[in-house]
Amino acid sequence: MGSLIEAAALDELLRLLKPKYRIYAPVRLPGKGRFSDTDLIGYAEINRSRDIVFNERSYFSPKEILFPVNQTLFYFTESQWREPETDDREILVFLRSCDLEAVKRLDQALLHNGPYPDSYYQEARAKVKFVLMECQEEFEGCFCASMGTNESRDYAFSIRPENGAYLCDVREDLEELFGRLGKPREHEPAFVREHKNPVRLPDNPEAFSEHPFWREYSERCIACGRCNVVCPTCSCFSLQDIFYDDNPKVGERRRVWAGCQIDGFADLAGGHSYRRDKGERMRYKVLHKIYHFKEHFGVNLCVGCGRCDYACPEYISFSRCVNKLAELEDSTKAEANRKLGDTSAAVEVKKDVK
Amino acid sequence: MSLNTKKLAKNAWRVTKDRHLTCLRIRVPGGHLPAKFFPILQEIADRFGDGSVHLTTRQGFEIPGIALAATAEVNTLIAPLIRELEVDQGVQVPAPEEGYPAAGTRNVVACIGNRVCPQAVFDTTSLAYDIEKTIYPNNPHVKIAVTGCPNDCVKVHLHDIGIIGQVEPIYDPSRCIGCQACVKNCRQVSTGALRFHNFKVQRDAERCLGCGECVLKCPTGAWSRGGQYFRVVIMGRTGKKNPRLAAPFLEWADRETVLRICRNLYDYIDRHIDRTLAKEHVGYIVDRTGYPTFRDEVLRDVVLSPRAKVAGFFRPSGYLYDKSALAGQESHI
Repeated sequence: MGSLIEAAALDELLRLLKPKYRIYAPVRLPGKGRFSDTDLIGYAEINRSRDIVFNERSYFSPKEILFPVNQTLFYFTESQWREPETDDREILVFLRSCDLEAVKRLDQALLHNGPYPDSYYQEARAKVKFVLMECQEEFEGCFCASMGTNESRDYAFSIRPENGAYLCDVREDLEELFGRLGKPREHEPAFVREHKNPVRLPDNPEAFSEHPFWREYSERCIACGRCNVVCPTCSCFSLQDIFYDDNPKVGERRRVWAGCQIDGFADLAGGHSYRRDKGERMRYKVLHKIYHFKEHFGVNLCVGCGRCDYACPEYISFSRCVNKLAELEDSTKAEANRKLGDTSAAVEVKKDVK
Repeated sequence: MSLNTKKLAKNAWRVTKDRHLTCLRIRVPGGHLPAKFFPILQEIADRFGDGSVHLTTRQGFEIPGIALAATAEVNTLIAPLIRELEVDQGVQVPAPEEGYPAAGTRNVVACIGNRVCPQAVFDTTSLAYDIEKTIYPNNPHVKIAVTGCPNDCVKVHLHDIGIIGQVEPIYDPSRCIGCQACVKNCRQVSTGALRFHNFKVQRDAERCLGCGECVLKCPTGAWSRGGQYFRVVIMGRTGKKNPRLAAPFLEWADRETVLRICRNLYDYIDRHIDRTLAKEHVGYIVDRTGYPTFRDEVLRDVVLSPRAKVAGFFRPSGYLYDKSALAGQESHI
């Protein structure tokens, strides 16, 4: 059902939803940017439509709503433990197509990855509905169309700002509210179809695992982990057992985001560490995002949101890396064909001699 | 030739080695010059000077080789620059077409600040303008500098009043992943004010400089920027008697306080300057009155923010030129 809803009416709709839903959207957090006098576009609960930032990509992704940076799994004291209380309200998240597709990747990693689903994620996931923020054009360095994540339709309603009002395509149990507060208006959401810098995936990047190609990243990467924490599909975590200072008999177990570019990620007991080299970490990450995950789950992990490019302080571009791998594969194939051609030509020459 | 050198100097012109030539000094508050003024500087240098321009350590320009007879005409040429960089910023210049009204109080210098530099915790140029408005035109020999962070690229520690940006870092443990990028970096490049305990970061507020390095390094935004404050260091100097680095005066002072002490400094100077001398640099006045008098008078009517701290004593580093030390060295050779 298409609907045109005025800003005031959308505010009223949000107000009516509030008792039942926690409503999250990308918002401008003034002065919270990394550099002084800059803002951060991040996710937070909203009350009004004008809080929603439509014209910029959020620096952090919405994954933190379903998969918090820090999550207490249980509290413990001596022989007893209990899980923390949770908020009963449902969750409404304003996000873009790539981020909505990213949630499906999180589902794979956290729900369908082994015999047991992650119950903490599962509980939050069951409560969430999505509002698709239309992308009428790409943001810098996006490549969702290259990854096939540009057109996600699993939304409760879609939204596009239009002359101070909003054009929506309403799909799920909110028709009544929209019928009351909006005006009927045929609307089909737009999706990004093309990119300035499209990304081409190599067929078998694993063939280049030992290639000197990765050494460049050993030099450039500083292992800060920004690419991991802004990524909507990174879902690695560590566990921390905290014993409270005042009474170490009481404490909690937390899970906390971890990132494969960050020092310590691949440390083992006894001091051994896999992938000390940053180029190897880059290889591990890139292959996981565009190759290995697909081998397990049939779909690539990377959704092409472009956040890692934007966040990297060393200007390392994930998409450029993937394209370079594809080019490397092309040139390797061409070289092989040329050699093959040489051989067959040589055979022909011999034939002639005969 | 008859010439009032006092008036000449006050008008920002120099007495030079050549009896017939002078040199124009251009102020650029905060060191940030709209590029459209370069043609004016070039025209003055080409038409009236020797075709060159000297870049000063105080972020101004000196245009040498100008005939003393041409000062009035050149003054009219720099009026647009004085209007935009001084008058339009709120500085009281009675007649811009007659050149600069004072030169004793030197150009307020600033590092490039957060208009460009990622490390800077505030807009240094904007504060430099506000200070210029507060203290200029004025005759006492005072040097003030503004720097965006404790790296002090502009060397505020060699100034009478040095202003260093501070930011109060705010920590949100719920966003911290315990990567310790902040802890390691603080130890490496700053004061080692951060400690990792129970998988979270603790900040020693007494030790924290407010440089903002933790915010720069944090991947998740667990560290973010709180209030903007200033550390004020005082009475750094070079000179023939006792070169020394400035010593701390205030910490976590707000902008209002900074501007107020810049203004109060001039009352203090007026009260204590030795008028038998041609000029007396403020550092030597403080040497004479002692720090407590300086502190009390400069902080008069200042309402310090709750976070602000005032130095209990003034003990600058530095040395006295000591002939015997060098003589002693010579005897060893």
